[in-house]
Amino acid sequence: MGVLSHSMQDSVLFTTADDIINWSRKSSLWPQTFGIACCAIEMISAGCARYDLDRFGVVFRPSPRQSDVMIVAGTVTRKMAPIVRRLYDQMAEPRYVIAMGTCAISGGVYNTYAVVQGVDCIIPVDIHVAGCPPRPEALLHGFLQLQEKITGSRVLRAEPDALPSAERA
Amino acid sequence: MTEIPLGSALEQFSNVHLDETAADMPCLMVPPADLLALCQFLRGEAALQFNFLSDICGVDFHPEAPRFQLVYHLVSIPNHWRLRLKCWLGDPPVAPTVTSVWTTANWHEREAYDMYGIHFDGHPDLRRLYMWDEFDGYPMRRDFPLRGYKDHMNPLGVERRRNGGGA
Repeated sequence: MGVLSHSMQDSVLFTTADDIINWSRKSSLWPQTFGIACCAIEMISAGCARYDLDRFGVVFRPSPRQSDVMIVAGTVTRKMAPIVRRLYDQMAEPRYVIAMGTCAISGGVYNTYAVVQGVDCIIPVDIHVAGCPPRPEALLHGFLQLQEKITGSRVLRAEPDALPSAERA
Repeated sequence: MTEIPLGSALEQFSNVHLDETAADMPCLMVPPADLLALCQFLRGEAALQFNFLSDICGVDFHPEAPRFQLVYHLVSIPNHWRLRLKCWLGDPPVAPTVTSVWTTANWHEREAYDMYGIHFDGHPDLRRLYMWDEFDGYPMRRDFPLRGYKDHMNPLGVERRRNGGGA
């Protein structure tokens, strides 16, 4: 046993920088108050008392500058696409996108001249939540998936490919 | 169906005639040249007072000729009468604006312009209403592909034909 054994008080924690950064990021995923179509109703429902997204640290913010997550909740029309893109561009990094519902994922039943065939065409999507519309539980599941994705991500640590070969082992 | 005293209108406009096949409400067939004057008459005549323009619809009869038609639905609020006007248009379709008669025609005509490419002579602000300004084509025309044309936002669309095909 070294000299440091059992020498710390209860209030001292040991962790890695990446772990604590990821923990803080995943614990306060603030989405934009932004809904495009009927999926937004389910999103609102998920945020209200019955499902209560707040207990996951998910609090809707009225400005893209304060938001971490964009929930694309509904059909993205071609006319709306530049505005969706601008809202995404206005968010500070790190930023995440949840495509909520069939329309946002693939255009859904609206295979027409006026609808973007999947929001991936204009912004990168992290989580796809299937359903038409998805139930609030499905959106909660989407958030948990996103938290899981964040937990495993590298922040200060280099990607394995970028490390010198000696360290990679 | 209440009898609407349209005799004076038919007398004054010799090119306007009653569509005998219309069952739900009286329907007048009117050439574009007489459209504006007829609308002014229908609104202004004390016995008629068609003071409300309910809507303006475009119709595309492609590949028949004449190809386009405008349908106007009028309401006389004081008399509780409804009246339909139909107006055949050629290709390219051009019609006179009726914004001077009913202000609400402004947006209705912009809609018909947006969806069918019908040009309204004298319209104060003939821009697209639903589609974005750069949109190419008139989506409600029968030769416009429902799925639109292929591009980066629409990988399932139809290839745009080289020699002017489509809308």
